[in-house]
Amino acid sequence: MADATTMSPDEHTTTGLPSTKLAMWLFLASETLLFGALITAYVLYRGASEVGPYPADIFDIAYTSVSSFVLLASSLTMVLSLVAAEKRDYARMRVWLLATAFLGLSFVGGQVYEFTTFYHEGLAITTNLFGTTFYVLTGFHGVHVTVGILMLLSLVGMSWSGRMPEDVGFPVEMVGLYWHFVDIVWIVIFVVVYLIPTPNPG
Amino acid sequence: MGQRLDEFHEEAGERGIADPREAHAPHKQHPSAKEYIRIGIILAFLTGFEVWLSYSGVRDGLLVGLLMLTMVTKFALVVLWFMHLRFDDPRYSRFFLVGLALAACLYLIVLLLFGVFQD
Amino acid sequence: MASVSLPGSGGWLRRPTATTGAWSWLTTVDHKKIGIMYGVAGFLFFLIGGLEALLIRAQLAGPDGTVLNADQYNQLFTMHGVTMVFLFVMPMGAAFFNYLIPLMIGARDVAFPRLNAFSFWAFSAGALFLYSSWFLGGAPNGGWFGYAPNSTTDPTIGMSFYALGLLITGVASTVGAVNLAVTVINLRAPGMSLFRTPVFVWMGLVVQFLLIFSLPIITVALFQMLFDRRWDTAFFDPTRGGDPVLWQHMFWLFGHPEVYILILPAFGIFSEVLPVFSRKPLFGYQFVVFSGIAIGFIGFGVWAHHMFAVGLGPVANTAFGVSTAIIAVPTGIKIFNWMGTMYGGDIRFRSAMLFTVGGVVMFVIGGLSGVTHAVVPSDYHQTDTYYIVAHFHYVIFGGGVFAFFSGLFYWWPKVFARMLNERLGIIQFWVMAIGFNITFGPMHILGLQGMIRREYTYPEGLGLTFWNQIATLGSLLIALSVLIFIVNVIWTRRTPKGLENEDPWDARTLEWTTSCPPPAYNFEETPVVSSLDEFWHRKYAVDKEGRTIRVPAGAASASHDDGHGAGHGIHLPSPSFWPLIAAIGLPIIAYGALWSWPLLAAGALVTLIGVYGWALEPSVAE
Repeated sequence: MADATTMSPDEHTTTGLPSTKLAMWLFLASETLLFGALITAYVLYRGASEVGPYPADIFDIAYTSVSSFVLLASSLTMVLSLVAAEKRDYARMRVWLLATAFLGLSFVGGQVYEFTTFYHEGLAITTNLFGTTFYVLTGFHGVHVTVGILMLLSLVGMSWSGRMPEDVGFPVEMVGLYWHFVDIVWIVIFVVVYLIPTPNPG
Repeated sequence: MGQRLDEFHEEAGERGIADPREAHAPHKQHPSAKEYIRIGIILAFLTGFEVWLSYSGVRDGLLVGLLMLTMVTKFALVVLWFMHLRFDDPRYSRFFLVGLALAACLYLIVLLLFGVFQD
Repeated sequence: MASVSLPGSGGWLRRPTATTGAWSWLTTVDHKKIGIMYGVAGFLFFLIGGLEALLIRAQLAGPDGTVLNADQYNQLFTMHGVTMVFLFVMPMGAAFFNYLIPLMIGARDVAFPRLNAFSFWAFSAGALFLYSSWFLGGAPNGGWFGYAPNSTTDPTIGMSFYALGLLITGVASTVGAVNLAVTVINLRAPGMSLFRTPVFVWMGLVVQFLLIFSLPIITVALFQMLFDRRWDTAFFDPTRGGDPVLWQHMFWLFGHPEVYILILPAFGIFSEVLPVFSRKPLFGYQFVVFSGIAIGFIGFGVWAHHMFAVGLGPVANTAFGVSTAIIAVPTGIKIFNWMGTMYGGDIRFRSAMLFTVGGVVMFVIGGLSGVTHAVVPSDYHQTDTYYIVAHFHYVIFGGGVFAFFSGLFYWWPKVFARMLNERLGIIQFWVMAIGFNITFGPMHILGLQGMIRREYTYPEGLGLTFWNQIATLGSLLIALSVLIFIVNVIWTRRTPKGLENEDPWDARTLEWTTSCPPPAYNFEETPVVSSLDEFWHRKYAVDKEGRTIRVPAGAASASHDDGHGAGHGIHLPSPSFWPLIAAIGLPIIAYGALWSWPLLAAGALVTLIGVYGWALEPSVAE
């Protein structure tokens, strides 16, 4: 959360770059190493589970593909809200923000459903290394999406109650950066975890 | 990394820190809605291709190679267009790339040390 | 003015306006007050960690020690390490960076003042959480690097406190690092290019980048440990195919950059103190800066030298042995530059200078024993012995702690407008230097004789008794030297406030152009900088024969404000309750993770309320 005084890109800084945006990119650079570590654990233990169920037993690629499309679409609605914000078309901006939040919620809902299904098929977080690394990696991602949804809804709320700063495009852009980052993490997870097949042992 | 920072600073100095608005005027030119939608369509297409690949019977090295290629392309498209790194000040890209490169190098070395790529 | 008003209805707290009293400290967003609080907290934990060390030394004073049992000993050495690394050296570095960086670069505050307050409160919350473990089932007992599966299968709750406590302080450090990095990049005064910033600022910047890139790694590792312990996941569980070596990689991927996070603040302080007390510019400024950056980069590529004995194979061991030897080069460059700075200088051995010179010498000894670890066969012999204990104490205590005392003596008048007593300072230095060497010097011998690190007792007749007794004796001298410092501080507090000369050391950098202590807004007018060592060049010029001459007084104090009714109309961010509230939620979440989901949710709610209150409050008090 930036100080209100720094939520404007027009502050006077040494580099001419707004501090908040610089901070956001540094934070995202840091997050890269966070998700990198989680993905590393998944890749390291790929195929190392000693008991089932294994990925090939329970992944439903068709279902997860829909989720991936949903999250990808939310990135598009996010940039469309930025376009509207920069044009100071606040009504349209709010519509696109709500659409983004709705798509995000659908994604998280889909993930909850997926986790529940997997659990009933016998994959708990304690079952094997696959369960451990899969749930923790995708769970961390899901928490990030949830935080993003909260930020999106806060933007809508602030816009409705007239609390947005003068340069509306800027906070929308900042939340957008975070949102797209969460999306690119999913782009990697989708391929590395779901699409690259892990052969069953034996 | 700090060495680059000073180049950043000098660049900013040349562009006149007296008026920061001028210095980041170019970042204001974000893509239009039409361009965003075009990128969105390409991303959807690539995702469709990925899903098709996983059902297509393409296997092993070729499958992994193609999936990695589409993954990297999608990643780059989102970062460059939706996150505006293509249009923004290059300094943001450099910070992000340092993190990305560091993550890639360190974790690849760890996986190498565990012999993950040996089979 | 000191009162805090709560609105009767409407829910949100009004922005506080107090500038004095307890509330002003709880709600402050001033980087100087936050820096002082970091310093006080860090010093308190230095004392606590020191007491733990004394108990350890008491136990080892003779063979078959009975002061502690094995269980207590495990908790004490673990908490000693965790405290000194995470609760003393890191916040102490943060204290110096927080207080000095904005002053050194000519800024009014850091880039995000409320975020800065949040960092401090989150750190405090994490530290108190960690220490609450003593009363809630036992302190962490798996060593400061918490190797799995020992740490993940230990039946006591200690290592869960370790994981959660370090996660909280990690949040604090990450947020603080982003904040300070942006401050250095973005808030420099006109003309203050990066190559005109003091080396201390450079080292600060490198440290923040190291934090930004290494903390996420340990964050994930700590979560994995926590999940293994609390929710029975299999990350490090060999019985389910998990590999404990993953923890070692993750820990040291963070842990080695962490070593430089601990020592680079010291390098920064050395590089400020040496030129001032040698009355010469820093020799080879560029080399010192670039070697600092090089250390930052190479520091990410040497982690596996902590794991030579694990069995990574000859190729990996060779590669990491070589990279470890290489990192000695930029460090050596710095040492030569510091010596070059002193060479031919007009040296004044005041307390600050003594601690710096002593610190550099101690660090060189630690650095040399460090190079012996780079030689893999030699390291096999040294791993997990007291030789390692000796090595890192020479580096972190000899380098880091000496540097902090140097910095305290040097900047004390700046911060508190009182001079610490020089005679006591010099006595303290010699007691500490002697005590330090007879504590940790013998540990080299003990280690090579085969005394294993972390063993809680040793039998008679192994030839370990004599040097252990000497080491215990030395630890008492260290304690005495710290006591002398405390006496000095109390003594100094009784002297009248105010300095005859607000530039007592004839300093070179921008922070000394302000009054002592600096006003809340730091600089009445934003300084314009035209050279490295700006303040020196304002005071001195070179005449036709090449001699340094003093510029007439008055001309020198261009931006020196006397504080008479100054500062009106300067906009400063108002204090805020919200960073504190947001931080209080974090340990509640952590207790919840240990015991109860509702508690976890309650903590999350507190933090969420803190964050929303923060985002929605007006930028100035109404």
